[in-house]
Amino acid sequence: MTTYDVLLHVSRTRARVAGRKRAVTIGLALAALLAFCLSLSVGDFTISLLRVLPAAFGSGERGEVFVIQSLRLPRALLAVLVGAAFGMSGAVFQSLARNPLASPDVLGITAGGSLAAVMGLTLLGLSGLPLSLAATIGALLTAALIYGFAYRRGLSSYRLVLIGIGVGAVATALTQFFWTRAHTHDAASAALWLSGSLNGRGWENIEPVVLMLLVLIPVTLALGKQLNVLELGDDSATAVGVPVQRARLLLLVAGVALAGAGIGAAGPVAFVAFVSAPVARRLARSPGPALLLAALTGSVLVCVADLVGRTALASTEVSVGIITGIAGAPYLLWLLATTNSSGQGD
Amino acid sequence: MAATVRTSFRQSQAAPRKGLVTGLGRPAGLVVAIAVLAAVALAGLVLGSRHLPASSVFDALLRFDPADEAQTVIRSLRLPRTAIGLLTGLALGLAGAVMQGVSRNPLAEPGILGVNAGAALAVLTGVQFFGVTTLLGYVWFAFFGAGVAVVVVYLISSIGRDGATPVKLALAGTAVTALLASFTTLVQLLDVRTMDAYRAWSTGSLAGRGADIAAQVWPFVAVGAVLALVSGRVLNTLALGDDVARSLGENVTRARIVCGVAVMILAGAATAAAGPIVFIGLTVPHIARAIVGPDYRWILPYSAVLAPVLLLAADVVGRLVAAPAELQVGIVTALLGAPVFIALVRRKNLASL
Repeated sequence: MTTYDVLLHVSRTRARVAGRKRAVTIGLALAALLAFCLSLSVGDFTISLLRVLPAAFGSGERGEVFVIQSLRLPRALLAVLVGAAFGMSGAVFQSLARNPLASPDVLGITAGGSLAAVMGLTLLGLSGLPLSLAATIGALLTAALIYGFAYRRGLSSYRLVLIGIGVGAVATALTQFFWTRAHTHDAASAALWLSGSLNGRGWENIEPVVLMLLVLIPVTLALGKQLNVLELGDDSATAVGVPVQRARLLLLVAGVALAGAGIGAAGPVAFVAFVSAPVARRLARSPGPALLLAALTGSVLVCVADLVGRTALASTEVSVGIITGIAGAPYLLWLLATTNSSGQGD
Repeated sequence: MAATVRTSFRQSQAAPRKGLVTGLGRPAGLVVAIAVLAAVALAGLVLGSRHLPASSVFDALLRFDPADEAQTVIRSLRLPRTAIGLLTGLALGLAGAVMQGVSRNPLAEPGILGVNAGAALAVLTGVQFFGVTTLLGYVWFAFFGAGVAVVVVYLISSIGRDGATPVKLALAGTAVTALLASFTTLVQLLDVRTMDAYRAWSTGSLAGRGADIAAQVWPFVAVGAVLALVSGRVLNTLALGDDVARSLGENVTRARIVCGVAVMILAGAATAAAGPIVFIGLTVPHIARAIVGPDYRWILPYSAVLAPVLLLAADVVGRLVAAPAELQVGIVTALLGAPVFIALVRRKNLASL
């Protein structure tokens, strides 16, 4: 092969990978839209898919408009937003730490957010927006703590994971403590919160997460370019002019805030942050971080899981986090069973 | 990404590390550790929400007088509690050390590899569907659940090419934990009464565990401890990597199975007796490693002694700080263990095995 042939081959491969990524992005966006519309349509009584979108904008039969606008629309929107937040957050963490275990759930950040929420719920009787804020602040404080402990002439991803697991264990133990001390009624609401749930969410829960994501998603996407370079290793990143420590800190804050926004809105929905990025990477068959793809994957996952949770058992609404836990784990296990020694799947 | 994890293992093995004590210091240190354990156990008998004179402790042990109230408290409450603390601590310390050795994973711990989650789900199932209400009933469910979880995690991570590598073990553990925790939450949300019964058990605690539980659990701990303590040489060989271990004539699969059985028995028995207690299995082997270096023939006995020291001390602290109420030992071990663990992580070569 001549040099020209090689170059041609490389550029064709690149074009094919980019093309596939674009196609997967569009496909996932359509899947998210479909899941969103299905959430609006299916419930105690089903509203035809064709009438769903008009009803969302206020035209159609009054009863249907009411159900859609005030009950199903906020919940479905919340599912999409929470899924995007967790998915993107997981992607940031996993590629930042270059470790598939380093999702916010494993790093203890979710546990810190949950601790703050359970304290607020059982000690102060918080609910709604203050509860969401408490969870977000808890996540941010936990992350700051982990970062502070792990920072020692730079950050090593390995130390980050270890410290994260340590801090997370403490947060979980304290959560258990406040949970065991609470009155039965409070303990039941706390258990629901901890399971990751969209039950009973309305418009009042949407505003904080929308505001946060409007800022966080563009910022994270912009920072994502540096993530690509960071994945090559610190030396290479420094060589091409990326201020490694600062970029990492900014990305870390963005990732935590994304997770915090998700926890604040719905509690720690299991596995979405952990699994979205690997799924997205597998679909796109491209290495490296795919933040937008991970966010879309997260949206589809949470939306579908919430739909299943609402309809699976006739007597009771099952929390979305339980469904994502039950569905997410076998996928990861299957991935593990068919994978190479590093457990990465690709 | 996972590749980074593995290189860090290799780099660590390139540079041999020494512990704080070497040579004759190791058996001497072990004797000191056992003395400390005896002291902590005695302190556990004396100290509590009701302060009892040390003399009645000795009387209760040596010439028991059922008429003396203080001696009765010690005999019927504190002695079984201390015994369960000893058994649980020993089991968790050994289980953690064996897990870290066999998986070559510094994060390996009963909690991370799904044992706690398995036990928790089994206990909850017992409460909800089989009407179990006594601690003695929980024990068997917890034991069964813990065992199944260990086996499932190990089997899943050994499917496919390359068998059970450290990364796959950790990932499988995380996945199975999440799966089991989801079912646990589901069962809990079905019924408030079940949730109330469960949450009393769900924080590791030694309170209210009677002599009958110690009597049920100790044979399991004894068998597991023997299996664990004899596997030190094998763990040393496995630490060199599967290929080297094989070329040295080690049957890697059989070694892993034996170690897995030991872990299942130990971690299952501990969780059954005291509920899920975090951090002992994770932290203690690292402390032992810092003291004696990377030789598992020493790490294992040190872990077996140091873990009950930490657990009993945590139990005493929990009784004293919140008197007349008490903090569950699982919370205290987390609060005490975390700073130790974080300090160890910050000293650079903890992460390696």
